[in-house]
Formats: sequence, C-alpha cells, structure tokens
Amino acid sequence: MSSTTANAIPAPEARQGSLKRERRWALIGAYIALAFFVVFFMVPPFHMLVTSLKSSAEIADLSGNPWMVSKPTLQNYWELLTQGNYLIHFRNSVMVTVITVIVSMIISVMAAFALARMKFWGSGTLATGVFLTYLVPETLLFIPMFQIIGGLGLYNNLWAMVLIFPTLTVPFCTWIMIGYFASIPKELDEAALIDGASHLQMLWKIFIPVALPGILAAMIFAFTVSWAAFIYPIAFLVSSDQMVLTVGIVSDLIRADTFQWGKIMAGALMAALPPLLVYAFLMDYYIAGLTAGATKG
Amino acid sequence: MSQGTLSAPVGAEATGRPMLRRLARRNSTVAFLLTLPLILLVLGLVVYPFFYAVYLSMLNRRMTRFIGWDNFTFLLSRETFWNVVFQSVLFAVSAVLLKAFIGFVLAHVLHALPSKGQRKWRGMLLVPWVIPPAISTLAWWWLFDPSYSAFNWALLGIGVDPVPWLGATGWARFSVILVNVWYGSPFFMIMYLAALKSVPDQLYEAAAIDGATGWQKLRHVTFPMMRNVISITVLFSLIVTFANFDIVRILTNGGPQDTTHVFATYAFQVGIQSGDIPLGASVSLFMFPLLAIFAIFTLRGVNKRSKEMA
Repeated sequence: MSSTTANAIPAPEARQGSLKRERRWALIGAYIALAFFVVFFMVPPFHMLVTSLKSSAEIADLSGNPWMVSKPTLQNYWELLTQGNYLIHFRNSVMVTVITVIVSMIISVMAAFALARMKFWGSGTLATGVFLTYLVPETLLFIPMFQIIGGLGLYNNLWAMVLIFPTLTVPFCTWIMIGYFASIPKELDEAALIDGASHLQMLWKIFIPVALPGILAAMIFAFTVSWAAFIYPIAFLVSSDQMVLTVGIVSDLIRADTFQWGKIMAGALMAALPPLLVYAFLMDYYIAGLTAGATKG
Repeated sequence: MSQGTLSAPVGAEATGRPMLRRLARRNSTVAFLLTLPLILLVLGLVVYPFFYAVYLSMLNRRMTRFIGWDNFTFLLSRETFWNVVFQSVLFAVSAVLLKAFIGFVLAHVLHALPSKGQRKWRGMLLVPWVIPPAISTLAWWWLFDPSYSAFNWALLGIGVDPVPWLGATGWARFSVILVNVWYGSPFFMIMYLAALKSVPDQLYEAAAIDGATGWQKLRHVTFPMMRNVISITVLFSLIVTFANFDIVRILTNGGPQDTTHVFATYAFQVGIQSGDIPLGASVSLFMFPLLAIFAIFTLRGVNKRSKEMA
C-alpha cells in the first residue's frame, strides 16, 4: 500500500510538469500568432505614417527604402493645413457628423423609449422592422436616392448628407437603445409614475441618466458611421467645397496622373485620427456600441 | 407635487373610467409622437427609395418609357454582369470565411493570454476596424502601387519577382479580398472573444476531468456554446461584404477589364458614371434576394439569442 502511494506521488508531478511545459509552449505559440497579426494589421497605418513624413523627392526616389524615412519632414502636413481645401473638407466632415449624431440620438432615444416601455399597437412589428432596416445596405438604395436628392434640389449639396446619414445610423442606434432601456428595472418607472411624473419626465429624468453608457455607445456608433460614410458623398458631391474628408482627399490630391502620395497619406492619417482618438479613450464604449447588435438583444 | 398625488384618488373615484381611458389615449398619442420621426425616416428614406428603385429599374435609359423586365433580361444576357455575380460571390464568401477563421484564431489566442496583457493586444488588433475603410484603403492602394509598391520592394529583397497587385485579374481579386479581410477580421475577433468569455469555466473543467483533449474541448464545448454568435456574425458580415463598395471602388474601380467589379461598384459605374440610372438600379436590385435571405436568418438568430439571454 505504502509503496503504491510512494509510487503514485511523483506521477502527478511529472504530469503537472508536462502540463506546465505544454501551457508555456501554447503561450509562446499564442504570442507568435499575435505578433504576426499585429504586424499584418499595422502595416498600412505604419506605411501611411512613413510616407506622410517624406518629401516628394524622397518618395519618387526608387533606390530608397519605402519602409523608412531618411529625412523626416512635416511639409506635407503643413501644406495640407495652410493651402488647398483640406481644412474645408475637415470642417464639412465635422459639421455633417455632429449634426448627424445629434439628430440620430434625438430620433432613436425617443423611439426606443416608446418601443421599450410603452407597448402600443404595432410596437413589436416596428422594432423588428427597425432591425431589418439596419440590415439594408446603402449600396442597395443609393441610385434611387440619387434621383430623390436631385428632385429635392440637393445634388452637390452638403446638406443632402445631413438628410441621408441618419438612415445609416438611426435604425441601429434605436436597436441599441431599446436593449438598454429594456434592461432598466420596471420598479423605477413605477416609482416615478406614483410620484406623478409624466412619460416625458420619466424619459428625461430617469431613462436618459440611467442609460448614459448606452447613449454614449450609440453616439460613438453614429459618429463612426457618419465619419466613414463613402458611397453617398462620392455619388452626390462633386465640387470640392462641398466634399467631406473620405472623398475630398482623393479628389483634390490626384490631378490626372499626378499622385501626391505624401500629402494623400498625411491627409488620410489626419482623417483617421478622430475615430482613433475616440477609440483610444473610450475603447469599452466603442466596442459595446459596435457589437451590441448581436450580443445584446 | 404632494398635492397632486393627494388629490388624484379623490378625482379617480368620481370619474374613474373616463379618466383612465383618456390617460390611455394620451399615452398612445405620446408613444406615437415619440416614434413618428423614426417612422417618417424609415418610410421616407428607406421604404420609399426601395420601391422607387423597383419602379426606376423598369424604365428605359432616358426614363421616358416603361419597359418592364427588359433591364433585367439585358443584364442577364451580358457576360460582364455574370462576371460581377461571380466576383461578388467569390469576394463575399472567401472574405467572410477568412475573416471568420482569423477572428476565431485570434479570439482564442487572446483568451489564452493572462488578462493583464490582453487589453493591450486587443487594443492593437482592433486598429484596422477603427480606421474608416475609405481611408485605410488609400494606404493599401499606395502599398499596391505598380511602380512604388513597398510590398514589391520587400519581395525583391528576398529575390521574388514583383507582383502586379492590381494589374492582373487573379492578383487584383486576391488584393481586394486581402484588404477586406484586413479590415473585417477584428470585428469577428471581438465578437468571438465576447462569446468565449461567456462560456462558463466549469464546462471546461468538467471536460478536462472526463479526459477531453484540446480539440475535443473545442469541438464539444466551445463550438456548441458559440454556435449562435458565429452564425449571427457570419450572416451579418455576408450582408455587409456582399454589398461592399469602398474597397473595390478605390483599389481597382472594377479593373482590370471589369473583372473585380462587385454589384455595388458596377451599379455605381452603370448608374452614376455612365448615367443609365434605370440599369444601375436593376444591378443593385439583383442583390436584394440574397440579402433578404441572409437578413431573415440573421434576424432569426438575433431573436433566438435575445430569448436565450432573457
């Protein structure tokens, strides 16, 4: 008996040792895979940065290393910010995005409140309809939209974007907000009703403050979508002073066959900065906002 | 405030039923008014344009005459259009499969890390998904440049001939898929990571006690627990990838010889650039049946999942 226990003791240790070794190898493998994908994912932004710091002469020099910069210069940034329409495009993007975010939040918070809390005839159908609307891609609708916008006299007008972009953001924002509002305990609104609050007071004084994280996530979603929108601007905006960043960079810096790559990359990097900053500081809300559709109800 | 609550029961005794009814009526009015902007938006800018597209697609080029199905039959008789169908399906299916696979691997790898370092790695791995695709694709375009391609420079360094990234059909198809995979993999990773974290540890412990190998754990514990998230993500991504516009439009604009066109870019070229609005509308309407099927299945998955979570 004693001999068997004596024999048995080393065995688990050995197994544990091999398990530990196995785990260590798994971890090393994990880091190798991660490093590979981080390099793959970071190549384009890195190359963007490198190119944006080069002078045109250095970019055109075929004997140089495209992955390195020998004489870094901020000339591309400086030229973008002092001449040409880059600042106008930036301002247009900011304006369209801010208005879109505000409009989408007003529409979707009101609608989500009604859909989550005030059961009325057709509210279930409407909620499902909202989700289906979210699944309709804009590439299905841009051609009739082209005619509609033309009919309204808004062709080549920045305000057309303000009118259209909410269609990209509102359905999903409403969907997120329905989920957040539905998770607020019913006791809260009963208490408010007993105190004699109206529905609007309830929305304003209880639901909005309690669901603030959800509102922030929805706002970030609306911001990202409207900042990145591409097909409507490229189809509807033709003159440079009306363009937003996603189309303005290319249209202004490519003349026939001359590509000003240094400036294009500098412009692209600065255009990518606002979403990157929002992401860096509000990562959790950012992720919550963009994944809520499938993980939350 | 307290006066209002005190006086309410007194009034309720006298005019109980009419007041209740009035209240109900007021509530539904409020609810209607609250949802009105949403309803107007959806009806005016989604439902109406859709039916308008159907109407447009049945007109002749100058939009003066009703021609029925002629636009659709015309498209079906064109080789270019069948090319578009083939490329759209190839693009969507291979990109989604690759994204799902890479996302799954990355989610597992991240999940295996100690939680301290996880955040930092996750932060870096999500960068492609944060940069607007219309902007990051510019960087790819520059990386694929025929004479200055930084990839070709690196390949030359290891003695490989330059690759015509966007110049030859096969490579151009590969390149647009590569960029889409680059952009979309982080989304799959983050969805799967969230799902992985919600699998209870006890299940793995129970499997370990039963002597399950790593593969068996994956096959019999992880997969069944994640099935719903995987199917929702894949279906959702199929919709978005199938309808993709930015990447192809910027990188190749359909070339070489229209071989990389997907539905959206072809519709843009025909409808907006060549000015044949009805034909363009019919091209994008061809996407509808497939998208509708994907959408219905996605909705089903989401509903099932919210029931599970409730």
